[in-house]
Amino acid sequence: MKSVKDLVKCHSSIILLRRSFSVTSRALAEKTITIREAITQAMDEEITRDDRVFLMGEEVAQYDGAYKMSKGLWKKHGDKRIVDTPITEMGFAGIATGAAMAGLRPICEFMTFNFSMQAIDHVINSAAKAYYMSAGKVKVPIVFRGPNGAAAGVGAQHSQDFATWYSQCPGLKVISPYSAEDCRGLLKAAIRDDDPVVFLENELVYGQQFPISDEALSADFVLPIGKGKIEREGKHITLASHSIGVKLCLEAAKELEQSGIDCEVVNLRTLRPLDEDIVKTSVKKTHHLVTVEFGWPQCGVGSEIIARICESDAFDYLDAPPIRVTGADVPLAYAKTLEQNSMPQVANVIKSIKKVLNK
Amino acid sequence: MNTYAKLLIRLQPSGRQLLQQQQQHEQIASSLPTVFSSVRKASSGTTLEYDTPKAYKLHMLEKGPSTHVSCNREEGLEYYKKMQVIRRMEASANNMYKSKLIRGFCHLYSGQEAVCVGMKAAMDKNDSLITAYRAHGWTYMMGVSVTGILAELTGKKTGCAEGRGGSMHMYAPNFYGGNGIVGAQVPLGAGVAFAHKYRGESNVCIALYGDGAANQGQVFEAYNMAKLWSLPCIFVCENNGYGMGTSTARASANPNFYTRCEYIPGIWVDGMDVLAVREATRFARDWCTSGKGPMIMEMATYRYFGHSMSDPGTSYRTREEVQDVRKSRDPITSFREKVIEANLATDEEFKNIDNEVKKIIEDAENHAQNDPELHVDELYSHVYSMRPENFKIRGCDNFTFKEISK
Repeated sequence: MKSVKDLVKCHSSIILLRRSFSVTSRALAEKTITIREAITQAMDEEITRDDRVFLMGEEVAQYDGAYKMSKGLWKKHGDKRIVDTPITEMGFAGIATGAAMAGLRPICEFMTFNFSMQAIDHVINSAAKAYYMSAGKVKVPIVFRGPNGAAAGVGAQHSQDFATWYSQCPGLKVISPYSAEDCRGLLKAAIRDDDPVVFLENELVYGQQFPISDEALSADFVLPIGKGKIEREGKHITLASHSIGVKLCLEAAKELEQSGIDCEVVNLRTLRPLDEDIVKTSVKKTHHLVTVEFGWPQCGVGSEIIARICESDAFDYLDAPPIRVTGADVPLAYAKTLEQNSMPQVANVIKSIKKVLNK
Repeated sequence: MNTYAKLLIRLQPSGRQLLQQQQQHEQIASSLPTVFSSVRKASSGTTLEYDTPKAYKLHMLEKGPSTHVSCNREEGLEYYKKMQVIRRMEASANNMYKSKLIRGFCHLYSGQEAVCVGMKAAMDKNDSLITAYRAHGWTYMMGVSVTGILAELTGKKTGCAEGRGGSMHMYAPNFYGGNGIVGAQVPLGAGVAFAHKYRGESNVCIALYGDGAANQGQVFEAYNMAKLWSLPCIFVCENNGYGMGTSTARASANPNFYTRCEYIPGIWVDGMDVLAVREATRFARDWCTSGKGPMIMEMATYRYFGHSMSDPGTSYRTREEVQDVRKSRDPITSFREKVIEANLATDEEFKNIDNEVKKIIEDAENHAQNDPELHVDELYSHVYSMRPENFKIRGCDNFTFKEISK
C-alpha cells in the first residue's frame, strides 16, 4: 500500500504538469499557496486556537501524513494533539466520534475516503443522526476529512467518489472545496462547526498553486458553509460543479472564449446543505445549464441539481434541457487510456455546452 | 434451598455435615431455612456482610476484587428499590407494548437489574457510560425518570428525547445512549474515555455490550487502541447467555468473554449479586483511574424476556430454564432475603417499598399513555445544532418546505 501511495504522489505531480492551469497574469505579483498548504495551515491554526481540537488518523503524526497534509504538525503540537492510529478505520472513526460526543473537537482523517466505507456506520449512524435522535442533547462536532475520488492509476477500489453518498444524509454537512481559499476558509469553518462535517478533498490537486488574498490568510478567515461562489461570470450558460470539476469547467470556459461562448462557472463549495439559490439565479440569467462532476452518473450531484432546477421556477427560464457531465458508469480501470476516458475531460464539457446551446 | 445458600454452608468449617443435617431438617421444616445463618452471624444488625468466593474469576490478574462484601441498611434498601423500579418499569413496558402503545423495537432488561444497580453504586458522578439497545435499566440509573423513559417508549413529547429516539436512543448527561447498531457503542465508549484522559480527568467510561456483540471486529479494534493509549475504559460484557436466539456456545468459539483479549486483564463477575457487582466495579475503576489502562468485565447475568418483544424467548431455551433462574438466582428476591436475614429491614418495610414503586410506575404510565406527541412540524427540528442562514428542509413533496429556526 505504501508504495502505491508513493507512486500516486509521483503520478499526481506529473499529471499536474500535464493539465493546463489557468494562471492569471497577476500571479507573479500575487501570493499563491497550494491546496496542501491551505489545509495544513487551516489545521495548524485551529489546533493552536482551540485546545479541544486534535487530529487523528493513519500516519498523520510521525509520517507527516500519507499525503503530507499534516506536515510539521506533530513536531509542533506533539502526541496529544496529533494521534497516529492503527489501520482500523471502524475503530478509530468510532473513537473519534465518541470523543466528539464527549466534548472534544476531533479531525478524523481517512487516508482516502475509500477506507471510510469501513467506518461509514459511525459517520452516519453514530455521528450524523445523534443530534436529532437525542432531541439536541448530544452534539458531534467532528470533521471527517481526506482525499475523495480518483487519483491516478490506483485502480477501482481506490478511486470512488463519495460525494453523493454522504451528501444524501441529513445531519451531515458535506463540503467539497475547489481552490486554496475554499480549503482554508471552509476547513476552518468545518472545525468550528458543532455538527459533523465530511470534508472531501482531491488528491490530484493537492500540489496546485492558487492565488490567495491577505484576508484569506488571516487566522479567523472562515467561509460560510452552504454558500457557493461564482468562479467566473458569464451570460450564455451555467456550469455547476464542485471540487476538481470546477477546474474542468474553467478550462472549458477558457477554450470557448475564442468561440464567443461565455460560460458562468458556479463552484458549489458545499454539497449539503446545497446552495440551490446560486444555481437558480445563474440559470435565470443564462437560460442554459450543464452540471459537471467526476462521480458516477446515477443519483449524482448533477441529478440532484437538475431535479431542483426543474422543480423550481427556474425551469421556466430554461431554453434547453439541462444535461450532466459525469464519470463513466463503470468501476475505474488502471490502464491509462481506459482511466482517462472513464473520467470527464474538457472535450466532454465542451461537447455538452455546444449541444445545449445548439451550436 | 438455592445453590448459593448451599455454597455458603459448604464453605463453613464442617460444612458438608452441616449441609447434610440441613437437608434432613428441610424435609421436616419448610419455613425460612437457617441457610442464611452464616449471613446473620457475619452481619452485626447494622450491616449485611458475607463472603462471595465464587463471585469472580480472573484473567491476567494476580489479585481480584475483595470477596468480602457488605452494605448498610440505607444502601440495602436503596439498591432493592432501584432494582424493583427497573423490574416493574420493564413489566409496564411489556404490557404497553402488547397493547400496541409502544412500537418498533423494545428490549427488556428484566433479570439483569443487579448489573446496572451494582455498577452505578461504584461509579463516580462524573463517570460516563454507553450501552447498546437493552438500555432502559441503564437510562434510569443514569438519571432519567421512569416517566422520561416510559413516555419516550410511547413516543410522547415528555419522553427524554421528546419521542424522537424511542427505546434505543435515550440520553442523559454522561450517558451516551442507547445505541441501535450492535457493537458500535464500544469504540464510541473508548472515545469518551479518550476525552476523559485528554482533559486530565480522573474518570472512566464504561462501555457495555452483550455476548452477541462480543465477536464484533470493532470491539477488538477498540481494545487495541484502548490498550495502546491506556484509555480509562471499562469494557463490560453483559453475558445473558443468548445473542437474540443464539446461545453463546453457538456464537463464540471462546465464550469466556472476560478472557477474549490477551493483553487486557479481565474479571468474570456473578452478575446476579448486586454487592459482588459493586465490589468488582470498584476494583476495575481503581485499576483504570490509576493509569493502568483498560479492563474487561464479564457480568454473568440472565434475561427473563426474549431478545425483544417480538421474541417469546422459548424457541431456543426451555421454560424450565427461565423458571429455574427466577427461583434460584433472581437478583432482587435473593438480595431481599439477605437483607431480611441480616435484620436490616423487615418484610413489612419491603412491602412498603413495593407500594412506593407501584405508585411511581403508575404515575409514569399515566404520562406515557396520556401526554401528547410533538407537533408534526417538529419533525424538521434538531437536524443541525448550527443552522446555516435561510436554512430550509424539504418535506415529502415539492410543496412542503420548512424554514428552520431550531
